Amino acid sequence: MNKVPIEAGLILAGILFMLGLISVLIRRNIIFMLISVEVMLNAAGLAFIVAGSRWGQADGQVMFIFILTMAAAEVSVGLALILQIYHQLKTLDSDAANKMKG
Amino acid sequence: MQLTFYVTSAIAIIATLMVITRHNLIHALLYLVVSFLAVAVAFYMLGAPFMAALEVIIYAGAIVVLIIFVIMMLNLKQESVEQEKQWMGDGIILGPVLLSVVLLAELLYIIIAGEPSTSNFQMVDAKAVGLSLYGPYVIGVELSGILLMSGIVGAYHLGRQKKKIVHRFLEKPVD
Repeated sequence: MNKVPIEAGLILAGILFMLGLISVLIRRNIIFMLISVEVMLNAAGLAFIVAGSRWGQADGQVMFIFILTMAAAEVSVGLALILQIYHQLKTLDSDAANKMKG
Repeated sequence: MQLTFYVTSAIAIIATLMVITRHNLIHALLYLVVSFLAVAVAFYMLGAPFMAALEVIIYAGAIVVLIIFVIMMLNLKQESVEQEKQWMGDGIILGPVLLSVVLLAELLYIIIAGEPSTSNFQMVDAKAVGLSLYGPYVIGVELSGILLMSGIVGAYHLGRQKKKIVHRFLEKPVD
């Protein structure tokens, strides 16, 4: 019943990843950059799922679970960092945090 | 079936395009939810229904809600939208977009130029995933636990704010 070619899934993953990459590159707002990283992680997980379904193995889905765990941990720490930056610098500009002052 | 997958892919791509072009953070997040839901439908069609459920629960549920809470805490005003418009200015975005599109074109060429696949997608149920997860990959599960624990500790440590003692006579910040 499933006649979707594997290329279609991989192309979708590639396009989504590239959209996330473009957004990381063109944004200066640090929260938007975090969201874009989420989009890229999601696209990578999609590629894993496609490959896992192609070969009928569970490894792709296991890798997706690990990516999911990593994304959850990353977003919590990233948001805490964003809160600190906003309280100290009063801006969300990622360029404002280019000096380390301990 | 095939048409459904293509429609879902189109929805995911359009929603992600809207995410990366919005100026308002909340609008971008709502489009991000749509994008995640579309990817979840794609997972379902690729034969991974358990991952589709996880995508909805964790990505569209937990992570997006976490970001929305932080936006509420930051209490952003209308000026932030104006500033975002200014930052997104006209000429600046062209260079990265062009270079990335060239990379994407190369990637698509490599995917398409290979010999076309003949076999179809196979259904992998949650039982096989669970057996694999707690069989050969059990060390990964333990490492994920350590990662989540350090994530909790790190988020608590970074998110803590310096306490300020407010008193009638004695008002100075204390570390």
